[in-house]
Parts: sequence; structure tokens; C-alpha cells
Amino acid sequence: MSDRAERTAEPGYREFRPRWYRPKMSTWWWLKRWSSLAFILRELSSIFIGWFVVFFLLLVGALTRGAQAYEQFLSWAASPRIVILNAVSLAFIVFHAITWFNLAPQAMVVRVGGKRVPGALIAGGNYAAWVVATALVAWLIVGG
Amino acid sequence: MARRPIEPLLWIVFSAGGVFAALLIPVLLFLFGLAFPLGWLAPPSHAHLVAVLGHPLARVILFLLCIAWLFHAAHRFRYTLYDGLQLQHLKELIVLLCYGGAIVGSVVAGICLWQLPAR
Repeated sequence: MSDRAERTAEPGYREFRPRWYRPKMSTWWWLKRWSSLAFILRELSSIFIGWFVVFFLLLVGALTRGAQAYEQFLSWAASPRIVILNAVSLAFIVFHAITWFNLAPQAMVVRVGGKRVPGALIAGGNYAAWVVATALVAWLIVGG
Repeated sequence: MARRPIEPLLWIVFSAGGVFAALLIPVLLFLFGLAFPLGWLAPPSHAHLVAVLGHPLARVILFLLCIAWLFHAAHRFRYTLYDGLQLQHLKELIVLLCYGGAIVGSVVAGICLWQLPAR
């Protein structure tokens, strides 16, 4: 104790008391820059993926109940509110898809013969897979 | 921080769900959400859709896809709430709501797909 008293008595001496550096973040921090707004918009695609699963399960439920319920589902899906919701969801999910595929080269480092496969090739492969998957699903549902 | 061995698994499911959401949801949502209801394309017959979606392999794949999509969405939404709205202090509640919702959704998806009539 006496040691401490001596030290504080020294002129110009202040005991070092570190404080945590905690900058105050505003709730709306992501509105300040386009890149952070784009980040939040991309993250919000999660809500619309959730909505899509609900919408899809409603379709499955209607199919289970029969041809008439399926007709009713389609006319309900044609109501303006649902169409707008689905159009907005589609926009968000396409945004998710594009950002996801563009990030793929960073997340996936592929080496062939000791050389890194260029990122454009990996992203291109992802887009090619997108085209193939889209064609396959459309063929199964529309044609088939 | 305590070790949470489940965290890597959540990130794997997040990635899987993200890939399959990107690959498959745009076409499905375009067809069922816009093209068929608005009459841009003739909607497939009830019998055809039941045959396609009710195939045992299709049911299993769709069930796994629903799980991956729901957990992808839950995981991403969890971090959206943390970072976007600065809600780190509500951690437990957010984790419960996000993954709880995904678990409930997965069970509902399983029941719905199970009940599709077999053809």
C-alpha cells in the first residue's frame, strides 16, 4: 500500500488503466456506404429463402390435397401481393446467387499440377453449373 | 470462449444450403412464383407434378434441400441480426429463434413431403 501511495505521490505520474476500445456503432451503420448496404441486402436474402421454402411447402401441401387444391394454389399465387413478394424474393435470391458464385474463387482454391486454377475459371464453372441445374429443373417440371 | 464443436457443422450446412439455393431456387421461384401463376407458361398438370415430386428419390432430395436451405437462411439471418442490428447482447434468444425455426421448418417439410401421394 505504501508503495502505491509513494508512486501516486510522484509528480506527473498516472497509473496506467487501460480501457477497452469499444466504438459506439449506430444501428444504421450499413446505410453509410454502398458496399455495406450491399452486404446487408445480400444477408437479407436469407429471409426470402425462408419464404421460398414456405411457398414451396404450400405447393406440396396443395398437391397432396388434389388437383382442385393445386388450381386454388395457382390462383392464390397469382394475387398481386404474392406476385410482388415472389418477384422481390426472386431479385434477392438472384443477387445471393451472383454474389455467391463470384465469391467462390476466394472460398475454393483449386490446384491442378501445383498451379492454382484461375478464379475466373472457377466462377465460370459455377455459372455453368447454374445453367445446367436451371435447364434440368425446367425440363423436369415443364417438359419431362 | 467455450468450445462449440457444432459451429463448423453449421458453417458446412450454411455453405451447402447457399450453393443449392443459388443453383436451384431462382428457376423454381421463377416457374412457380411467376411463370405459372401469371400464365407466361402453361402450368404442368397435377398428375405430372405429383409424379415428379412424389418420386421417392425426389422426396429425399427435396427434404435434404429444405433442411439445407432453412439452416442456411437461419445461419445467415442470425449474423444479420448480430451485425446489422447490433444485437450481440441477445445472442441466446437469436440462436434459439433462428435454429429453432429451421428445425421446426425441417420437420414440417418432412411431413409435407411424406404425405405427397405416391404414384
